[in-house]
Amino acid sequence: MLVYLLRRLGQSLFVVAAMAVLVFVGVYAIGNPIDIMISPDAGQAEMEAAIARLGLDKPMWEQFFIFIQNALQGDLGRSFVYSTDALGLILSKLPATLELAFLALLFAVFLGVPLGMIAGLKPNSIAGKTIMAGSIMGFSLPNFWQGMMLILLFAVIFKVLPSGGRGDTVQVFGVGLSFLTLDGLSHMLLPAVNLALFKTSLVIRLARAGTREASLQDYVKFARAKGLAPRRIVLVHILKNILIPVVTVLGLELGNMIAFAVVTETVFAWPGMGKLLIDSIQLLDRPVVVAYLMLTVIMFIIINLAVDMLYCVLDPRVRLSEARA
Amino acid sequence: MTAVSPTLEVRDLETHFFTRDGVVEAVHGVSFQVGAGEVLGLVGESGSGKSVTGFSILGLVDQPGRIAGGQILFQGRDLVQLAEKERRKLRGSKIAMIFQDPMMTLNPVLRIDTQMTEAVRAHRDVSHARALEICREALVKVGIPAPDERLASYPHQFSGGMRQRVAIAIAFLNEPALIIADEPTTALDVTIQGQILHEAQTLCRETGTAMIWITHDLAVVAGLADHICVMYAGRIVEQGPIDAVLDRPAHPYTVGLIGSVPSRNRRGGRLFQIPGMTPSLLNLAAGCAFRNRCPRATAACLEEPPVRAASHGRQVRCVHPHDGPLEEVLS
Amino acid sequence: MTDALKVAATRAPLQRLSWRAGPSARFAAEFAASPVAVAALALALTLALLAIFANFITPQNPYDLAQLDIMEGMHPPGASNFDGSKTYHLGTDQQGRDMLSAIVFGLRMSLGVGALSTVIALTLGMSVGVLAAYFGGKVDAAIMRVVDLQLSFPAILVALILLAVLGKGVDKVIIALIIVQWAYYARTVRGTALVERRKEYIEAAACLALSHRRIVFRHLLPNCLPPLIVVATVQVANAIALEATLSFLGVGVPITEPSLGLLIANGYDYMLSGKYWISFFPGVALLVTIVAINLVGDQLRDILNPRLKR
Repeated sequence: MLVYLLRRLGQSLFVVAAMAVLVFVGVYAIGNPIDIMISPDAGQAEMEAAIARLGLDKPMWEQFFIFIQNALQGDLGRSFVYSTDALGLILSKLPATLELAFLALLFAVFLGVPLGMIAGLKPNSIAGKTIMAGSIMGFSLPNFWQGMMLILLFAVIFKVLPSGGRGDTVQVFGVGLSFLTLDGLSHMLLPAVNLALFKTSLVIRLARAGTREASLQDYVKFARAKGLAPRRIVLVHILKNILIPVVTVLGLELGNMIAFAVVTETVFAWPGMGKLLIDSIQLLDRPVVVAYLMLTVIMFIIINLAVDMLYCVLDPRVRLSEARA
Repeated sequence: MTAVSPTLEVRDLETHFFTRDGVVEAVHGVSFQVGAGEVLGLVGESGSGKSVTGFSILGLVDQPGRIAGGQILFQGRDLVQLAEKERRKLRGSKIAMIFQDPMMTLNPVLRIDTQMTEAVRAHRDVSHARALEICREALVKVGIPAPDERLASYPHQFSGGMRQRVAIAIAFLNEPALIIADEPTTALDVTIQGQILHEAQTLCRETGTAMIWITHDLAVVAGLADHICVMYAGRIVEQGPIDAVLDRPAHPYTVGLIGSVPSRNRRGGRLFQIPGMTPSLLNLAAGCAFRNRCPRATAACLEEPPVRAASHGRQVRCVHPHDGPLEEVLS
Repeated sequence: MTDALKVAATRAPLQRLSWRAGPSARFAAEFAASPVAVAALALALTLALLAIFANFITPQNPYDLAQLDIMEGMHPPGASNFDGSKTYHLGTDQQGRDMLSAIVFGLRMSLGVGALSTVIALTLGMSVGVLAAYFGGKVDAAIMRVVDLQLSFPAILVALILLAVLGKGVDKVIIALIIVQWAYYARTVRGTALVERRKEYIEAAACLALSHRRIVFRHLLPNCLPPLIVVATVQVANAIALEATLSFLGVGVPITEPSLGLLIANGYDYMLSGKYWISFFPGVALLVTIVAINLVGDQLRDILNPRLKR
């Protein structure tokens, strides 16, 4: 188990290093931030001062060396636009994105698993077919358009929910959170639904396939032969088996959700790190883009590791085989 | 069979599968009975309907199949007429089942104690601690060492034979009156088979449980059962006391079945072979289902043969039954 | 279905693709077994035709500024122009552009970008994947490492970063979509090719001392096509959705050549004031396109994947 973890950790570090090089070369080697950062009216001296301040006059390898050295100290550069620490800027937006992603994840699980199980237990019923048709729609609906239609419906036509922004927040350990206030929750609802839709469809499909497979297994028939109530068979014997693929995929999808939050945050003007990324790309605020990327890479790696652990907890068979490996 | 009413009596059971391609009569006109402490061997090839018969008794026939007729009298009550809720109360308590593949019957993600205690608590109002105690005793009874440790394990930590013992322990948990064992030794090593057979037999004799042992292996039944039913194409073609049927098989199919078992006293001789293949049960033509493979078939076999009583307490569904000891019939 | 048919359906992709009577007719018959899939295919083809002949069928060329009149801006659906000579069935946008025409032209951009990027990515990924499988060893390990690395990140993130680097433009979007997609194909083809490589016909080809190139591209590759076709169909839909998303985020196609995604983005500000049609109708067009392609893909998967067959 430990060997396995260490090996995984080694791989992860390699990925981080590779991404660092790729990101730097990609973002720093192409494009010219001077055009954006300094007004065209500025004099030569002013421009040179700015270039020197941002370190853009140094050779490429030196820029990279500085970048790596600083990165190891947690300094991923200063935002050209906000003139603050890029990493700090992103981290200040992280709670907003995370709370949105987690709420969406909750929606996906608590809607997707039961719906998928119903569709799996009664594949030929009207309910089952409706659920599957809905999940195909969920896959096909472009995320941003669906978000706009949610706004149109609930904010513009029915005027029951706000169209954007984050609403009131509560400071917990110096971090502003929306889900603790009613106003904040009402602001979160639409974006979270928007973000959850695709994942819910995915979970429905997984849960349905898992349920169908599990209910054909001998152990389900044996459980019935034991005289267990159908409720217990479904909620214990089948559910525990389908949770394994669902957790694996959802864990991986948490990273995906943080990425897709870019779209949702843009549609709903949710002040998270995704919106910050888009704004930074538009303004060529490269340190922020770079910091975002590095942070996401690390986040993905942590998530992948965490999923592997969870997988071990859920599936006793893996625990054993991995311990042997 | 003793005078008291049998534990289970099946009368003219019909279990049909209503598939898109037509009706499959998986079980057709099946009647038999088992008394307390008796073992009934239900023998046949795969697809002969023996497993479906077992599942019909438990009320676990999957869609698109259902019981289309007949009676299943268990302790005087007709299970066919019983509501699903009532049947569920019987399953696992009065009637238990052991499945063929021990690798598949235990849920891989649940611990043994969970899977055992739930069977106890589904039928008895006992505390969790008491249920655990019952499970522990059951594991000891089937010869599993270190039961406490075993209870906290997952199925994959057990060998195949151990898992089947656990399954047997689960079946005996609530002291059932009837156990249906669906080829429980087929997937096991030969040495383990013997142990399991012995244990199952002992438990039945001790507790007075009636048992239906479903198998395709005549050798298994020979040493275990009191009575035997031979199934072919959804019908019982011959039944009777085990010695009578094995020594004086009347139905040509039984003869073929016995003849195709390699046996010590006919060493060097040619093995008997039944020509042809088992017919598809889908839209089976009228008449004796075995007639196309039967050396004794005549025009009379074009009509469904009735069940007839034969000597030595046997019943045969054949127009041209053999009558005589096995050696004579085979030669 | 008999076993022989099953074998024919899975083992003879070449004949089927070359549209000879026997297998192709069977393939068509299998596809037609689902009326939904047939309707979806018809719809997808209609949309493609609309896109191709956009210039001839739309009431207006939305890119021709001379045809636009700002005074005709923001008409709701069904409104007529000032002299009643034209009806704007789906309304107009802020610049007086007929939405119906804009949608058909947007559809052309969306489908074009999606199809072109998929075809190029398919060719690229297919070649890389089949080479990895055929040569194995270090080549395979290196290629698959890159593929795994890329696939561990969400496509949208990769595309966003690429466009942040490359800048705006139709060509840039296509490049980004190719880079995002190739890895899927490489992985799919490699998986199939690894299985196919061990079959006798490859051994036979090797015994005939054919060149690597000939074995890989004439013998191995064609037999890896069926799963690829399924992936490619679904990927066209994904590519279209991704392009629309990127354009919506403002890093996709330029404002002068709007795709459906950009049309939707244009209507975003007006939607809050209840002028829904600028965003709504392009969105419906986008949705219909994606659903149609996905349904066709689903049916293709059912036919071509013997594992799913019952």
